[in-house]
Amino acid sequence: MIHVRGLTRSFGAVEAVRGVDVDVSEGEIVGFVGPNGAGKTTTLRMLTTLLRPTAGTAVVAGHDLFTDPAGVRRRIGYVSQNGTVGPFSEVGEELRLQARMYGMSRAEARERVSRLLSELDLEEAGTKLYAHLSGGQKRRVDIAMGLLHSPALLFLDEPTTGLDPQSRANLWDHVRRLREEAGMTVFLTTHYLEEADALCDRVLIIDHGRIVGSGTPAELKAAHGASTLDEVFLTVTGRELREGAAA
Amino acid sequence: MTALAALTGYYLRSAFKSKFAVVFGAVQPLFYLVLFGPLLARSGVGSWDTFVPGVLVQLGLMSSGLVGFGIVFDQRFGVLERLRVTPVARFTLLLGRVLKDAVMLLVQAGAVVVIGYGFGLRAPLAGVLLGLLLITVLSVGLASLSYAAALTIKPELFPALVSTAVIPLMLLSGALLPMSLAPTWLDVVSRFTPFRYAVEALRSLFAGSYASSVVLWGSLVTLGFVAVGCVVGTRVFQRENT
Ligand SMILES: Nc1ncnc2c1ncn2[C@@H]1O[C@H](COP(=O)(O)OP(=O)(O)OP(=O)(O)O)[C@@H](O)[C@H]1O
Ligand SMILES: [Mg+2]
Repeated sequence: MIHVRGLTRSFGAVEAVRGVDVDVSEGEIVGFVGPNGAGKTTTLRMLTTLLRPTAGTAVVAGHDLFTDPAGVRRRIGYVSQNGTVGPFSEVGEELRLQARMYGMSRAEARERVSRLLSELDLEEAGTKLYAHLSGGQKRRVDIAMGLLHSPALLFLDEPTTGLDPQSRANLWDHVRRLREEAGMTVFLTTHYLEEADALCDRVLIIDHGRIVGSGTPAELKAAHGASTLDEVFLTVTGRELREGAAA
Repeated sequence: MTALAALTGYYLRSAFKSKFAVVFGAVQPLFYLVLFGPLLARSGVGSWDTFVPGVLVQLGLMSSGLVGFGIVFDQRFGVLERLRVTPVARFTLLLGRVLKDAVMLLVQAGAVVVIGYGFGLRAPLAGVLLGLLLITVLSVGLASLSYAAALTIKPELFPALVSTAVIPLMLLSGALLPMSLAPTWLDVVSRFTPFRYAVEALRSLFAGSYASSVVLWGSLVTLGFVAVGCVVGTRVFQRENT
């Protein structure tokens, strides 16, 4: 689903992503974790055609990122880290507009949006303004934006930040169900390592723009003699820091 | 096609949700029409038939020239990114907005013409309709460039910069007083601004002479302007937003 080699992006002097290799197979749920500023969002924005890589090659959802970005866009969904709707816009209307961007008719869009809202426990939200929703409700609306067209590959950038435990568990169930029923591939970032442990088949750890660890949660824990992913994370990213300081 | 219709409808609905904004976009040109027009009409240098076309071009500059401001919020709140990740053509994303702006302008321009008739405009209906068409096309180019500028320059600078740039463009177009009164240097400078040709073409149309060379030039310059506006606008929509 994703085949990436040497993906690189710098912003002026800042090298945000430095030669990342990623392979994700169909139907996998992959967690992408790393400290603040590690390059997660930048990587996701490159893979979703929003940002042009400075170097590297990438095939995403069967289409070349560089030569066929429109092909990529047709098959992916993306939920960005920071909101998707203006504060004074009506949630249902925004969702229906987004659905129509994927070619749904007015009736199909209406039907799809109302079903998705109820699946995400947001029945009430449809007629409200985005600004009048709670933080967690907003986040679920953002997630709905990425699910409208049932993409083959879904990118979620910190989907569960700001969600209460109940909503988080609901979202996990939802993601698992999408994989079981639709064979959807999911690539998500998170700062909650117990979430990565519970939800993801495989975890990639990024630090300073480089992949510094990868494997199933069990493999990672075994390799570092750790009992939780938190410990693995601290060892792996802490060591990187020390190396950086020594260099 | 679905996407374009959906986008245009969506933007139109939100634009007309705020009646205030529709009126406010036209308020400056309306002041000129109501508070300056009567002076001009009695001064002997112009009539309502030459002044209303000028007010229409001024309206285009003020109303469509500033539309870019709206996209700054869409960019800030992630709406633009959300749309850019869909397979919809970048040109369509631009066109949806611009068509909304054209409709807005047409409504405002229609109001200006009606008020103009109230004051003493005598232009033939056919000329007025052709004039409205020309000004609507012009507004498409202006709106595209406005979005391109808004996505390119610093958002906090955009309103100040554009509302300042609009003034010399408006004065140089001869919208207020005909450029035939201008000293040579001013006349020459004004020939480098596209809006002069639109103003002259509009005046000719309002005077009932449809086949004049002024109309031809006005139409050609306006079409060229729209083409440039759309190309630049689409380029900017294609570009990544960092
Ligand atoms: N548009 C931009 N312009 C300049 N620098 C940027 C831009 N976007 C990101 N960066 C820089 O690139 C680096 C990586 O940022 P990125 O947003 O990818 O981190 P992240 O892993 O998503 O962090 P977080 O967990 O805080 O969301 C940071 O140093 C950031 O300052
Ligand atoms: Mg991030």
